[in-house]
Amino acid sequence: MIRYYIKLGVLSIRKNPVLSALMVAAIAVGISACMTILNINYVMSGNPIPHRSDVLFHVQLDSWDPNQSAGDGGLSEPPNQVTYLDGTALLKARKARRQVLSYQSSRVVQPADRDLRPFEVNARSTTADFFPMFDVPFLYGRGWDQAADDSQEQVVVLGKEVNERLFGGEDSVGRTLVMNGEVFRIVGVLDDWYLVPRFYDVTTQAFNEVEELYFPFSVSVANEVNGSGNTNCWKPWGDTGWNAFLNSECVWMQMWVELHGQEEKQDYMAFLDAYVESQKAVGRFPRPLNNRLNNVMEWMADQEVVADDVQVLLGLAILFLIVCLLNTIGLLLAKIMRRSGDISLRRALGASRNAIFSQYIIEAGVIGLCGGILGIGFTWLGLRGIEVLYRQYEFVENLVRMDWVMVLAAVALAVVAALGAALYPTWRACRIHPAAQLKTL
Amino acid sequence: MEIGPIWRALMRNKTAYVLIALQIAVTMAIMVNAVAIIEERNRIMARPSGVDEPNVFHIESISFAPGFDQAASVAEDLEAIRALPGVVDAIASNTVPLRNGGWSSGVATEPGEDVGPTGVAIYFTDDHGIATFGLDLIAGENFAATDIGWYGLSSERWPPLAILSREAATTLYPDVPLREIVGKTVYLNNTDAVRIIGIVERLQAAWKSWDGVERSMLVPAYLEGRATRYVVRTEPGYRDELMPQVEQKLAEMNDGRIVRDMLTMDATRERAYHEDAAMIKLLVFIVSLLTAITALGIVGLASFSVARRTRQIGTRRALGASRPAILRYFMLENFMVSSLGILAGGILAVAMNIWMVQTFELTPIAWYIIPVAMVVLWLVGQAAVYGPARRASMVPPAVATRSV
Repeated sequence: MIRYYIKLGVLSIRKNPVLSALMVAAIAVGISACMTILNINYVMSGNPIPHRSDVLFHVQLDSWDPNQSAGDGGLSEPPNQVTYLDGTALLKARKARRQVLSYQSSRVVQPADRDLRPFEVNARSTTADFFPMFDVPFLYGRGWDQAADDSQEQVVVLGKEVNERLFGGEDSVGRTLVMNGEVFRIVGVLDDWYLVPRFYDVTTQAFNEVEELYFPFSVSVANEVNGSGNTNCWKPWGDTGWNAFLNSECVWMQMWVELHGQEEKQDYMAFLDAYVESQKAVGRFPRPLNNRLNNVMEWMADQEVVADDVQVLLGLAILFLIVCLLNTIGLLLAKIMRRSGDISLRRALGASRNAIFSQYIIEAGVIGLCGGILGIGFTWLGLRGIEVLYRQYEFVENLVRMDWVMVLAAVALAVVAALGAALYPTWRACRIHPAAQLKTL
Repeated sequence: MEIGPIWRALMRNKTAYVLIALQIAVTMAIMVNAVAIIEERNRIMARPSGVDEPNVFHIESISFAPGFDQAASVAEDLEAIRALPGVVDAIASNTVPLRNGGWSSGVATEPGEDVGPTGVAIYFTDDHGIATFGLDLIAGENFAATDIGWYGLSSERWPPLAILSREAATTLYPDVPLREIVGKTVYLNNTDAVRIIGIVERLQAAWKSWDGVERSMLVPAYLEGRATRYVVRTEPGYRDELMPQVEQKLAEMNDGRIVRDMLTMDATRERAYHEDAAMIKLLVFIVSLLTAITALGIVGLASFSVARRTRQIGTRRALGASRPAILRYFMLENFMVSSLGILAGGILAVAMNIWMVQTFELTPIAWYIIPVAMVVLWLVGQAAVYGPARRASMVPPAVATRSV
């Protein structure tokens, strides 16, 4: 019977091509508007490191000015980065399973090949745990170890592109690289590494790509490399020079720790509180105790990495879908009421209300399916449109990827929406009194 | 008028009309709020930066060679750039307006930690800053060549002179005439006294969304560090020709650094507001599509209703109703349904706006958007229903006599 109804549904679409096309188009457009924005929202709010996001915690210490807010959050919000003093103290304490302290900087690489001009790279000064903690994929070699950090070894890990550019993609482990006049030994080369969002540092642009080059934090500090991200200060340094800056209350680096389970987290929190109390004793940390440990997804939510514009658009797109569905309900109603005669005849010949209901709900399902499939096409177009519109942002291509989850979601949404829209018209069809209609045939 | 009979006829078959009215209401709510966002973005994008944008470009020099002599390099570079024919003036600064990267600092009217400072954007410059940016000095005077020093990690204190933008000056001293603000002393880093020697009409900060975007300060110093951003102003029409020359010259003059990120102010503005421009395009697209879908819905339902009532129309025609009377009937019917939808839409639009203002800190809608949207939707409704209504008016009276 179902196959027969599907056939009837297809026939009915062909019988009323304009009205049916209008319905299919309305559903497709509504679905694609919704799915385009939903897709971007989904990518933006996706989990960048699903298997480890629960054990990685971002550290915030409230070292800020009691009279001034550290960001947009008001006086009750700690700054979103840490000072050099605190970061290195926590690093030295090694109270977590792993800890990483890092910041972004800009470096100039001087190729050995005289024909290649020196070029600037986005670099990250970081500690050894960065690579195992964030599950960084390596093509050749590996990261450096704790000993290299401690002895300020001039080692470097290259991104895949820089390795491509300097060594034509060969295994360059063991070779050297000149960066800002200093010679570094290459210990590893990264494989492709897409991180959306780049959760470990959202203080600049959360959807930018990961850095192109990594070298030890200790080397970076010794070479007086300042950060290229945000540096925020509230207290005069009291002295001049690089050391005064290091010892200042300026926040400019990101601290992450790895903790497994609630107990470790509580222990670490207690350690942080004790540390801040000890600092209060020497006159730092004028604000009340307010330390934070957020795991990856909590931190993404806290930092509101999903842009406001995307949320506004999502709201509008949902309303848009509602308009399209109202449209479909109206048109379906018109279509079904036009067929009152057919329905009455079938009813008079013995079809039950259930049979009528199945027939028309299946017909609506067919329309929904068509709308959904067309909607996927439109969604693809919509995403290409977004890509063109926002082409200036290098990260946009990361946001317009469509995966199977979204394709299936689009079809499911279309069918559910069409079935929902069909409920009322179908119910009306079932309630048609055969006698009243047959009279006028 | 025929409102009474039309209304009673509507009430006999409510559902379809309720659907259309709802559709119009939601369309109206989206339209009004989208237009409100578009207006807001347009307003923000139209703000001038204070810089002579068509004739200014900038380029960054980053040194990497150990022992790089920055002071010598800056002096040579500036001399070379300023000597190029077509160049009006040039400075070595840290950033330019709208570049989305720069330095801000807190300035207070009293020394000490208790005074809440006012954030201002910092532009390092020499005495050529006003001429290079093309600023309008409205009070006081420019820096003298002898005022210019160097500032960096090794500096004991902040440079002692400053020129403020009007907004920065009036925020620090709300009720003081500009002439009297000149000569006053403000404090940076709680302790360093800085005398205000001039005020410019406008110079925006580097961050377009910062609430202090109009507050800025010119500082008479070159900034120590690996990065220097040269800002160049040319005679009208010379900019595009000079850009490659300047880039090449800088690259050739010194191989201990790289030059990068050369951009015109026009391109800088385009980049800064790219997101807003894209949002406007998206919203315009959404609203147009939505209006089209609503119009198509009206066409569909009106066609259906005309088809269903063909016999009644024939009867009316047979009883003496003229074609214009039939046309008027359907147009009026649509007008009534639209009006209900528009009324509901107005309420929905305001409610939605209140929610959006609270959630996303948007500005509330301007009052005139609502009546304009009303008129637009009325017109769209009338235009959409005209086709089916005309077809209705073409129904011949003879139809009435057929299948009754």
